Amino acid sequence: MFSFIIRRLAVAVPTILALITVSFVLMHAAPGGPFTNERNVPEAVMENIEAKYNLDKPLWQQYLIYVGNVAQGDLGPSFRYKDFTVNELIESSFPRSAYIGAWSFLFVVVFGVGLGVVAALKQNRWPDYTVMTAAMTGVVFPNFVMAPLLVLLFAVTLRWLPAGGWEGGQVEYIVLPIIAMATSYIAQVARITRSSMIETLRSPFIRTARAKGIPRHKIVLRHALKPALIPVVSYLGPAFVGIITGSVIIDQVFSTGGIGQHFVNGAINRDYSLILGVTILVGVLTIVFNAAVDILYTWLDPRVRY
Amino acid sequence: MTATNLQITTGIIRQTTTPPLGSKTGAAWAVLLSLFLIACSDDYPEDDGGRAPAGADVNAPKSRLLEHPETGERLAERQVLVRGNASEPASLDPQLVQDSVGGAIVVDLFEGLTRSGPRGDTEPAMATSWASSNNNLTWTFQLREDGRWSDGSRVTAQDFVYGWRRAVDPEVGSNYAYYIESAGVANAGEIIAGEKTPDTLGVRAVDDFTFEVTLDEPITYLPDMTVHYTMFPAPRQAIEAHGEDWTRPGKMVSNGAYTLNAWHIGEKLVAARNPRYWGDDSTIIDRVVYLPIESSSAELQRYASGELHMTSTVPVSQMARLKKERPKELVMVPSMATYMYAFNVNRPPFDDVRVRRALTYAIDRNIIVSYITRGNQMPAFTLTPPYVSGFDFRQPEYATWSQTRRDEEAREALEEAGYNEDNPLEFELLYNTDESHKALAIVVSQMWKEKLGAKVTISNLEWKTFLSEKQAGNYGIARFGWKGDYNEASTFLTLLTSDSGNNDGGWSNETYDQLLLDARSSDDPNPYYVRAEEILWQAFPVVPVYFNTTVALVSPSLKGYPEKNPRNIVYSKDMYITAD
Repeated sequence: MFSFIIRRLAVAVPTILALITVSFVLMHAAPGGPFTNERNVPEAVMENIEAKYNLDKPLWQQYLIYVGNVAQGDLGPSFRYKDFTVNELIESSFPRSAYIGAWSFLFVVVFGVGLGVVAALKQNRWPDYTVMTAAMTGVVFPNFVMAPLLVLLFAVTLRWLPAGGWEGGQVEYIVLPIIAMATSYIAQVARITRSSMIETLRSPFIRTARAKGIPRHKIVLRHALKPALIPVVSYLGPAFVGIITGSVIIDQVFSTGGIGQHFVNGAINRDYSLILGVTILVGVLTIVFNAAVDILYTWLDPRVRY
Repeated sequence: MTATNLQITTGIIRQTTTPPLGSKTGAAWAVLLSLFLIACSDDYPEDDGGRAPAGADVNAPKSRLLEHPETGERLAERQVLVRGNASEPASLDPQLVQDSVGGAIVVDLFEGLTRSGPRGDTEPAMATSWASSNNNLTWTFQLREDGRWSDGSRVTAQDFVYGWRRAVDPEVGSNYAYYIESAGVANAGEIIAGEKTPDTLGVRAVDDFTFEVTLDEPITYLPDMTVHYTMFPAPRQAIEAHGEDWTRPGKMVSNGAYTLNAWHIGEKLVAARNPRYWGDDSTIIDRVVYLPIESSSAELQRYASGELHMTSTVPVSQMARLKKERPKELVMVPSMATYMYAFNVNRPPFDDVRVRRALTYAIDRNIIVSYITRGNQMPAFTLTPPYVSGFDFRQPEYATWSQTRRDEEAREALEEAGYNEDNPLEFELLYNTDESHKALAIVVSQMWKEKLGAKVTISNLEWKTFLSEKQAGNYGIARFGWKGDYNEASTFLTLLTSDSGNNDGGWSNETYDQLLLDARSSDDPNPYYVRAEEILWQAFPVVPVYFNTTVALVSPSLKGYPEKNPRNIVYSKDMYITAD
């Protein structure tokens, strides 16, 4: 296990470096720059602005400066939000998205797995059809439809909940974002759990357990659930990163001030340092949680050893 | 998996208390999650701890007044104004602000020499009076003596000197550095180019309350230009103490009616009444909350749920419905902005003025403003909007024709240019990706197709790509819009001079350039402007389509919204909230 973690760490550094390099090149290859504006400013003014942000230097120099700063934990100043550094933007927005994301993830695991198991046990009967119909609806209902509909219903029509804002993450402000975030994931997890559970229940070892006269609920909870969860965990590892790094839709519809907005706005505004910063964050999280999933496998499946 | 294995794992599970999922996986996830929830639940320190819907901020003090001192209306108990503000400002540094969303906040936090009156006229603010001498080459502004920064220190002429120098200082890197140059302030151009140091700028503090500006050219409308935030004073003490962090809550020192209280990117920005502001006695709104809601439909929903007092815009697709359902809340303010299509006159077929004339004539502007934009926009036949103060607004002859006559003349012009059914005009119309630009491009291209038999393809590009293509001249005809920086015709007309950085279409006319140069040094520039417009009526470098309006929803309880100000500057201190 220890050597496994060391090996993963050794691979992580070049992976992140490759990620930075590709993102850096792609970002700079996009037409326009952070200071391209509807109002052209005189050349002398533009030169002053670019010099201030090192954009006047050759690209390879900018790259070296950037990588050097990243190595020291400095993600640089934001080009779009001139009063902030990228570190500050991430520090203020990531906890919000992670908070909403963590709650969403809890619901995804509880309801996704729970509903999936119910559907599998009642295969081809009404609970199965109900869950799977709901799951299909959830899958095809993207959150950019879901989120405004929730606002329309609960904030505009019923006036039970606020239409947006954060206000320190109080319950009434995060309920709708969590629902909007979790729905499609719950649906996916329910589908994966169901099919994997059905397959597991047909395995020889379950037949053996049944033959020994073990009660049905014990078979499901103690014998079938664990192996059935392997594909679910494979899905949830990367999904977890997606969930805690928020979504631009959630941030835009609910004005939660999360990190999701920075992915899209960073690219639209050609905010080179911001988009690189959030890319690095997602890269690191993905590497960490993929490793976490691999470690979880050893719990779920005793045959897996590192 | 063997039976033995199974039994062993079963045994392990038996020893643990059953977590929700009945397995160790569940336990592992639960531990991970609770760690996460703990790690995330700490609110970060900047938060002002608002614990109620933004519109009913209980932290806000109760209003000082029960009734409006002049109108006698009953006032709401808590004067917390919630404004939709479209997006995040690029900066709150007066010299670095470069967008209208930043401007909206900065004019509440800071105050310049002059301000905009309710109808867009220029009113005294930090300056009580001003005078020019030396044939308009020297301007002297007399400052009020009761002006205070929010830290209690006096606002003096030195603060203006400092602010104006910052605006042109290459190290500060302001987008609006050229604004000081276009005001004709002595040495501004050389300082921007790095040839002179910022302290050589033609500004001087004669004494603490006398600010003097020396110009290279006699600009008569300098006081109008000082309404703009680039020319606001800057708090040297705060900037030197905190460096680039000075615009943060707790660090910012400002001289306007409000001070910065909290700022959360993507959520909200809060300003609180500044008790040290010289005019604080007449300020009624205690707190202002600016919400950077980028999606106009999300903004509309928050307005509909009662969380906003005013929106920054209205989705075009909702105009018809809102006109029926909320006619009294929908305001449409004429704005100093022109919506146009710009020709690249170096690229065929647009190098032929007859083609440009035909395309200009054939657009039925009445259809566009009545059925597409629907926000009381006004058909435009000139570059400069009629609301620009002091401008002698005239229209070309074809503006008085019927559309049928325009269409006929357009067809004739196109035939003269050699285009007919066998040889149809063919080109591409470029716009940046956006629903309203798309709707307009479809309609306009359809008009050109039907009336002139032109083969028009419309294509859209993402914003920055669009800008870089347009600025590189890689287009034939492209969408173009311009909003005036100050209330004077030159802010529009100088767009098309040969040396203008915004004249991407490459149109150039010596007489036109000379007229605008002469206007700069004239006591009465109007005759020059009229002649310049007349040149445009013949040359058609751009197709004016309509004069824009600012469309917004304003809650019936919010009073004092400037519905007649073409500069669209909305000062929070001029408004108040009545009790419903």
